[in-house]
This record gives sequence, C-alpha cells and structure tokens, in this order.
Amino acid sequence: MQQKTVFISMPETTRQVSPSREASSPVAVSLAGVSRHFDAVKAVDKVDLTVHEGEFFGMLGPSGSGKTTCLRLVAGFEQPTAGNIIIFGERVDGVPPYRRSVNTVFQDYALFPHMNVVDNVAYGLMIRGVGKKERRRQAEEMLELVRLSEFVHREPGQLSGGQRQRVALARALINRPKVLLLDEPLGALDLKLREQMQVELKSLQRELGITFVFVTHDQGEALSMSDRVAVFNEGRVVQVGSPVDIYERPETRFVADFVGSSNILEPAFCERIGAPSGLWSLRPEKIRLVPEGLTDEADTITVTGEVRHVQYQGATRRCVLAVKGAELALAVPAVGVEPVVGRMAHARWHLDDMHGMKHV
Amino acid sequence: MNTRDASLTLFRGGVLGRLSDLFYRRPAILLALLLGPPLLWIGVVYVGSLLALLVQSFYSIDEFSGRIVREFTFKTYLELLRPSNLDIVLRTVLMAATVTVASAMIAFPIAYYAARYARGWVKGLFFIAVMLPLWSSYLVRVYAWKLILANEGVLNWGVSKVGLSPLVEALLSLPVIGGPSLTFSYIGTFLVFLYLWLPFMILPIQAALERVPVSMLDASGDLGARPGQTFRKIIFPLALPGIVAGSIFTFSLTLGDYIAPQIVGSSRLFIGQAVYVHQGTAGNLPMAAAFSMVPIVVMAIYLWIAKRMGAFNAL
Repeated sequence: MQQKTVFISMPETTRQVSPSREASSPVAVSLAGVSRHFDAVKAVDKVDLTVHEGEFFGMLGPSGSGKTTCLRLVAGFEQPTAGNIIIFGERVDGVPPYRRSVNTVFQDYALFPHMNVVDNVAYGLMIRGVGKKERRRQAEEMLELVRLSEFVHREPGQLSGGQRQRVALARALINRPKVLLLDEPLGALDLKLREQMQVELKSLQRELGITFVFVTHDQGEALSMSDRVAVFNEGRVVQVGSPVDIYERPETRFVADFVGSSNILEPAFCERIGAPSGLWSLRPEKIRLVPEGLTDEADTITVTGEVRHVQYQGATRRCVLAVKGAELALAVPAVGVEPVVGRMAHARWHLDDMHGMKHV
Repeated sequence: MNTRDASLTLFRGGVLGRLSDLFYRRPAILLALLLGPPLLWIGVVYVGSLLALLVQSFYSIDEFSGRIVREFTFKTYLELLRPSNLDIVLRTVLMAATVTVASAMIAFPIAYYAARYARGWVKGLFFIAVMLPLWSSYLVRVYAWKLILANEGVLNWGVSKVGLSPLVEALLSLPVIGGPSLTFSYIGTFLVFLYLWLPFMILPIQAALERVPVSMLDASGDLGARPGQTFRKIIFPLALPGIVAGSIFTFSLTLGDYIAPQIVGSSRLFIGQAVYVHQGTAGNLPMAAAFSMVPIVVMAIYLWIAKRMGAFNAL
C-alpha cells in the first residue's frame, strides 16, 4: 500500500502522543511467530512483538541477536521463513519494500553519492512523480526540520557523520511513513553528538507522531530513548517492557547482565549470606558501603569482603568485593566510605532491591 | 651478551640498511627510482613513437616515384577525406559503436550477478570463465569463429535443427549487413568482435558495481522505487564509470583490429586493415599514419563527450 497523499506542511499533522496512551493505541506493527532462518542459522526465531502507534520502540541486543534482521523483515528487505508480519492491519508477506508505508534510516546512511543533499532528500518524491519544484520545496522544508538548511546544495561526501545522519533522516521522513525504522541510528557518531541526537530524535518523534522502531546494541541508548524495549538474544525476544521494567526487573540472567551490569545472586550464595533463597539480580548502584560497626537496619543484608579492584569512573568508583566465594560489583559514589584495595569493607543493600529472576 | 642490547634502536648495518634508512628519510628518492624507468620507457618508446606517427601523417607520398616527401602538408589528410577512405572510417566507427553497445548490454547482467550474488568459489569461477578465452591465442579463437559461422558450421547446423534457418536467411538477406554466409558478412565480424572484447567490458563494470553497497539499493526500494527505477536512478549512474572504462577498451580495440575482419567478414576494409595495406604493400606510410590518427581523434572526442555528460561524476 503506497501513500499517495502529499503533505504540505508539517505543523498541520503534528500531534502529541503521551507515552501513557500507547498501551491502548492501535497496533502499528505486529510480528506473530516470525522466524527467519538462513539454512541452519536461526537469525530470528519465533518472535512475537507488538509495536503500538506513536510509540518509540527499541530493539536491543548484542550483535548477531537478530534485532537487525527483525528490522529488515519489517522493512521488507528480508522475507520471513515462518510467521506473519502485520503493519497497520495489513499482512505484508510478499509485499516488496517499495510498496510498504515504512521507511528506513540505514546504519551507513546509504546516501546516494551522485546526488546532492536536496536531491537525496527529494528522492522518494521524485520516484512518486512529484514535480521538480514541489519536491525541492518539500525537501528543503524537511532539511529545515532536521536543521540542515544551509547544506542543501552540498554533496553527501562533503558532510560530517552527524549531518549525513540528518540527511538520511530527512530522506526517510519525506515519504510520510507510518513507521520509521532506524538501524543503529547513532552507532557511527561520537559520544557528544550521540547524546544530542538522542534528544533530537526523541523530540522529532513526538512532534511528528510517527511510530519509530530502532535497533541498537547500546543499552544506554535503548533505555533513554525508548517508550518500550524488546531485548533480543540468539534470535529470540527475551523480554519486552518499559525501560524501567527492563532495568529494574530483568526476568532472565541474560537481560540482567546485558542491560547495565548486574550482580547475579545464586541460591547457594544467598544461603551463605543469609538472604532469602532464590535467583536474584542486584544492581551495583543499589549496594552501599557502610562503616564498620554500623547497626543493622530492617530488611537489609550486610556482607563483609575484601576489596579486589577499584576503578575510578569519575562520578562513581566501580569496586569489586570478594564475599564468601562470590564477587560483588558495586558502584560507589564519591562521598561516603572509600574502598581501598586489599582492605575489608562492609556492603549493605535493601531486600527490595533484589529482583527475583527465572531460573534460566 | 651483545653490548648493543643497551642501544635504543635496533641496528641494521651494511649498504642495504643505510639505503633503506635513506629512503625513510627521503621518500622522494625512492619514488624517483621507482617511477623513473617506466616513465622513461613510456616517454620515449610510447609517446615518442606516437609523435613520430603524427609527424609522418603530415608528410605525403610522391605518386610517381612512390617516395615519401618529407615536407609539411595537409595533402594526406585531404586524401583521407575521399569518399572511399571516409567509408572505411565510418564503417569502422559504426562497427566499434555497435560492438560497444552490444557488449555493454550483454556484460551488465553478468557483471551484476558477479558483483552482487557470486561469493567464494563461484566468484573464482566467474573470473576464470571471463578470462579463460584470453588464455588461448587470438588467432585460434578467430579461426574457430570462422568455422562456427560457416554455412556448414555448427551454428547453422544447430539453427536448422530447431527450425530457425529462415531467421538466419532473413538476416543474411538484409542489405549492407547481410552476405552470402555469416562468415562473409558484417554480422559475422560483429559477433567475433563481441566475443573477443566482452571480457574487457565485463571486468570494469563488475569492479564499478562491486563498490555500490547493497544498502544503497535497499534505500532506493525503501523510498518507493520499483526495481526498474532503482536501476535507472541508482545502479546505472553508479556503474557508468565502469561502463565508460569498458567501452574505451571495446571501442578502441575494435577501431584498431585488422585481423578479425580479414578472417571473418565481407572483403570491405576496416581502419586497421587500411593501415596495414598502406604501410605494407602500398608503401604509403603517410596515409597509414593518417589512418592511425583517426582512432586517437575519435577516442578523444568520445571521452570528451562522456566527461561532459557526467560519466565520471560518480568516480
């Protein structure tokens, strides 16, 4: 299904979508039992996902976890070997990319080297037969939206990485897609630019009200930008939830470990330190160092161990404590008890901060 | 223990060691040594003889004595413009253009497949298959085509078996390009040239397509372009430098060849044959030189037009 309407100005179509409304909003993209196998390699394996309209949806996972293949399946560059993909109520099996109302921002931006910036952005309109003057006007408007107005006549080769990314963004948005797919959109940018683009992408999405689905291997990026995150591992979705859910309540060992870092408290270890039995995840920043002889507090666990390493990280110190046959990682703030390598230290955390996981 | 162990730098003695130190400090010397001999070779043997050719073409021949008059004149060039000679030029240029267009059309899908899809041993096989013909003698291949195209040849035999003989006969009955048999027609010459120069078209196009990332084609489709539109707007413009490079080969090789049209084709001359006849039996070196200038001028004009049309913009 190709959208034939040509929009005139962006502000008319802008609308606000509050994250709280999304759960009840219509479904933008849904994957049901979708697999993509390359011979014996199960790149994507029986994935079920639902992305709601207006949502900023993150797909997070290590490289080779199937998140990019999943995105390519939605875009139509790959075809599923099993399962259904539905985009705005329409089954898209066998529908080629050029007939999907979905556009993609590519990881390498894929700007056309033989066209200047404005022609790159206007490409989608040119293909649809929009006249030269009109498509240029719209392209320039789009470039204004991504704050690149002064680069209209440059060649892609003359732009910096961040500018190219904006061109790719403008080019993908000019067709007014119902869903915008972004493949590692910030992967090639340096740290400062990445942080700036995170904010910009987020506000652009809010302004346009378009559903954004993006792929990243950077858990910080996924947590800070997404309304909801799907965590991928080995071709499967292991957990879907809000960033808070994913970070605070990881369901599996993999999620606890991959999203941020976590202390996994094994049942045997819990028994040794007098904690409730179970498999628990405990975030390093939830553990405090306390002075010796501090009185016990209710609902807390206090352990004593030797400081193995201390790593200075600016705002915090990362410190590893050897406790009863296991190692605990702590993020110690600059104030309070200072860990010294080789000395004993006392660590304490609240029972509520231990999050129970499945035995996987 | 060696006392040199205490030294900061590893020591390398001898003339070679000192030489490589010198090259490190003065890279220009190394460059001059590397480039000097080939530049000298190209300058003297190649450009030099080309200039000698140019000079020769402004001499003329004394028609009575058959001796070369070493005086500057346009007489030879005026003779070149005679209808009989212009015919040869036109025939050759048309043949070269047709061969170029046809080989580009045949080469493109092959090159596209090799660049986009062939991987591993299949790609190795592709390179061998494309270049294998170049490993055998040019003469053997042209004579083989003479046999293939002959009336009693394997092509006619195969065509008659599938009942397409009338088609070949209709082709041969066409004016100008037809003839008594494929071996003695322009069609035959064309097929031989096409076969001979095809590798020179495939390889540059393949190299150009190899540099077009798949994501660019994905992006075009993603933005709504059907495959045909993606070909016209993205693939073709990006492959154009390769097509032009290949066409330089096919065009100039056809312009200069004098053996293939002699073995397969009508008895009418091509530029190469004209050069051969004028410098050999006729002993008219100035005329031969003037004919030799034609491909150079044609190629220069062709490249100038190609550049004007933006063929090298994607380089």
